[in-house]
Amino acid sequence: MSHSRLAGHAGRPKSLFQAANYLSRSDAEALAKRVLSFSKAEEARVTISSGVRGNTRFAVNQISTSGDNFDTSVSIRSAFGKRSASSATNDLDDGALKAAVDMSERLARLSPENPEAMLELEPQQYVEARNWTDATASLQPAGRAAAVQLITEPSKRAGLSATGYLEANAGSFAVSNSKGLFAYNRQTSAGLTTTVRTPDGSGSGWAGVADNDVGRIDAAALGARAIEKARLSMNPVAIEPGRYTVVLEPTAVGNLVQLIAFAANARQADEGRSFFTKAGGGNKIGLKVIDERVTITSDPLDAEAFANTFTGEGLPANRTVWIENGVVKNLVYDRFWAQKQGKTPTPLSGTLKMSGATATTEEMIASTQRGILVTRFWYIRSVDPRTILYTGLTRDGTFLIENGKITRAVKNLRFNESPIFMLNNVESLGRPVRVSASEDGSPGFAIVVPPIKVRDFNFTSLSDAI
Amino acid sequence: MSTRRDFLMQGGLAAAVLGAANACKTASAPPVTAPSPQPPAALANSVDASAKDLMMTALNAAKMAGAAYADARIGRYQNNFVITREQQIVQVVDTNSIGCGVRALVDGTWGFAATRTLTTDAVAGAAREAVAIAKASRIARDRAVELAPVVAYPDVSYKSSFTIDPWSVPVEQKADLLLKANAESLKIANVKYVFSAMYFVKEERNFASTEGSVISQTIVRSWLPMQITAVSSDFSDFQNRGNTVQPAGRGYEYILAQDVVGNAGKWAEEAAAKLKAKPVEVGKYDLVLHPSHLFLTIHESIAHPTELDRALGYEANYAGTSFVAPPEKFLGTFKYGPEFMNVQGDRSQEGGCATIGWDDEGVKPEDFLIIRNGIVNDYQTTREQANWLRWWYEKQGRPVRSHGCSNADSWSSVQFQRMPNVSLLPGDKDLVWDDLIAATDRGIAIVGDGSFSIDQQRFNAQFGGQTFHEIKGGKIVGVLKDVAYQIRTPDFWNSLDMIGGKRSYEMGASFFDGKGQPGQVNAVSHGCVPARFRGVNVINTGRKA
Repeated sequence: MSHSRLAGHAGRPKSLFQAANYLSRSDAEALAKRVLSFSKAEEARVTISSGVRGNTRFAVNQISTSGDNFDTSVSIRSAFGKRSASSATNDLDDGALKAAVDMSERLARLSPENPEAMLELEPQQYVEARNWTDATASLQPAGRAAAVQLITEPSKRAGLSATGYLEANAGSFAVSNSKGLFAYNRQTSAGLTTTVRTPDGSGSGWAGVADNDVGRIDAAALGARAIEKARLSMNPVAIEPGRYTVVLEPTAVGNLVQLIAFAANARQADEGRSFFTKAGGGNKIGLKVIDERVTITSDPLDAEAFANTFTGEGLPANRTVWIENGVVKNLVYDRFWAQKQGKTPTPLSGTLKMSGATATTEEMIASTQRGILVTRFWYIRSVDPRTILYTGLTRDGTFLIENGKITRAVKNLRFNESPIFMLNNVESLGRPVRVSASEDGSPGFAIVVPPIKVRDFNFTSLSDAI
Repeated sequence: MSTRRDFLMQGGLAAAVLGAANACKTASAPPVTAPSPQPPAALANSVDASAKDLMMTALNAAKMAGAAYADARIGRYQNNFVITREQQIVQVVDTNSIGCGVRALVDGTWGFAATRTLTTDAVAGAAREAVAIAKASRIARDRAVELAPVVAYPDVSYKSSFTIDPWSVPVEQKADLLLKANAESLKIANVKYVFSAMYFVKEERNFASTEGSVISQTIVRSWLPMQITAVSSDFSDFQNRGNTVQPAGRGYEYILAQDVVGNAGKWAEEAAAKLKAKPVEVGKYDLVLHPSHLFLTIHESIAHPTELDRALGYEANYAGTSFVAPPEKFLGTFKYGPEFMNVQGDRSQEGGCATIGWDDEGVKPEDFLIIRNGIVNDYQTTREQANWLRWWYEKQGRPVRSHGCSNADSWSSVQFQRMPNVSLLPGDKDLVWDDLIAATDRGIAIVGDGSFSIDQQRFNAQFGGQTFHEIKGGKIVGVLKDVAYQIRTPDFWNSLDMIGGKRSYEMGASFFDGKGQPGQVNAVSHGCVPARFRGVNVINTGRKA
């Protein structure tokens, strides 16, 4: 099936509904100026999000719901000295915007002083983001339906039941303030995920991906992979919970590795309430915490994981190395904590990449005497922030590896494990790829991770869930 | 399921701070000083015609374009946040979102479109777009959607239970209360950090359908999240106490009634005590679960698996399916728990987060028993889904009608089946928390909701908590830490052997029950009584980094 099948429908007539679904740079700039013109505060900042979110859900081999929503929201932050407050509205009439500005000013004046308040940024230099594609922006409901059929029809023919979700978003984001700062970005994102089950509920297989460009999403291939996994996963057997060598597919790696980034807050580390707290005080910058083969970075201009190049405060988001060859290089510093500690602010932009190597998943399986292949993890929740320990379960494709081969499906397992422990037990790494690592199938963070093979992964109980 | 991180990632700092404080649950215009249930008044400044006229315009446009059924919702959704840490205000945020969503059924296929632009042209355009999407989706449909009958309510309104509108309370008062509570907690040794916030929601919802209903409702919900952190002096350990105040479908009067200033010191002592608590020994224990904890176990292990769309595979790609399936093998036969176990679905309990007058399909919800005398008796349904259980309702001589569980989290999202309040009803005996402890020889009492995770069919779950108390010989003898219990749902509920009576009934709640794609959040309450479970598997979650 053609790789660009999803983009093939881009040429269809535009939505009946609205010609422009998001604000252009000039529209956003004009709107920001209009909002700021109402401001009587010492400082003000306006952020503007606009766009269309189009989605199609399918269940039991047919479309269940499909919809588009169009919205623009404006948020105003007003500050008087160290007093500040925000107000947001999606009503763009002068009267409503003025009321929102007035509200933020009123709340700001009434609010107690915040000793940690930061002044608005001066105008900044930004690199142009690259997370927009016309193919995604022009995908229409009929094109989404056609893509869905590339999954549901083969599933039906195979006597299986496909459920899934296709989302395509196009919009713009702008930040402006009373000091003349203006930043604008337009972005697209898309995600396609599907779960294929056997009619008797004895097997379930998943496949999914996210990308800025729907043209890079191959619906038919994803459907075929989920169908194959559904078949292979039938009638799983019970095994003893315990420590296992695991081959984690990239989605499973993304599910866990992103948790390190979410825990990498510098202030919490310095305050003594984080894994990144150093024994005796201070943080772990400069200390080795994981395998030296692993480097974790955020780079909004990485071609595999494009993201916006500035934050909601208008701070430029540049390439940041969090962990280099296993050693902590940076933590997430907000502007206040960076100033207090004499550091440069390092925001966590919407992208994360873990380095890999050249092993293939097949090679990892072939080199494993006894282990488990994991497709993805699910319902992952914090258990102990001191160790970034999380619990969750395998789902939709969990297989036993014996003597270098996948021999059969096993029941799903609950883990209690930390991505830190996991990345200290690495046997081999594969090539990083973009994954859909959010639990709800939304495009979420742009996450690029390799498949990995890890020893001593801690499974604590079995689940009967299929 | 509950979403925490997804909401956190989308919702910006306000939600991030709230999410961090509330480890448990997986969203602004002039203030309205008095509750105003009349939609045209509430929206008067924002629309070029009354909400009702706009909704009629949308319905007519949908019908003209070929819809067999359509509904229109015009709503204003407001949030108000006041967020603090230690001695300072971190953020004050007011949000306000207004728009119109139109859902159309064409040839048995749904389409939905939503716009923030409240003009005649825009809502008619949304209606035509919804019809066009339904037509475009028709190629990928097998079975036509059929809707169970509904009574038409041509002109009704509803206001939820609140006496003080949070939008009428000045921000200084809210901030003052939070900062005083923070100060009280920081007096306790080793307590170094405290986060506290207020989070208010107001929804002015207007609904009209081609069935002839026109409904306006005003809903207010309130919550005071708080998390207190104690750090050991050598930086070797830290412990949190959070989820101290449950969200509720009430107004500012509810916040005042919680006496957070008076209680903050006690909660802080509980955080500090965990630094010195004894690590739990793994093994099987009798668990005595407090309503502030048990509500979440009910949410995950009873309320989710009895959603009919899940049971029939419609949520397989995200929230999951259910072990309570297929319905014909469970209804009237499956023993979920002991005979004294009754679980009710309702949207009528005063102060419940899911309590409402009419659902998002214009159905007046009814109270219904999901589990009756320990046996599965019903599922949560919408108009589309009620027909799927026709055989069961006919067998029982009950009408085929929706239980009123349709909900959308915004004007911009499509309504679908969401959880009503799902509650464990009190037992006949007048027992309270202390009676259950006194009757237990060797066990652990757990207070407050903590870490939680459950599989996609709701079999295998793991729950933490806020405070853990060792029970020996009918008495609490000390504090434990690093406690989590693992369950297999039917085994767990069948190990239930003792529950409290009416006097010990309390509600717990979440603002962030997540389901659907794109993910939507739903606020829901669960009433329950203290309960004892025999021989539950307890693990120790502490490890060294």
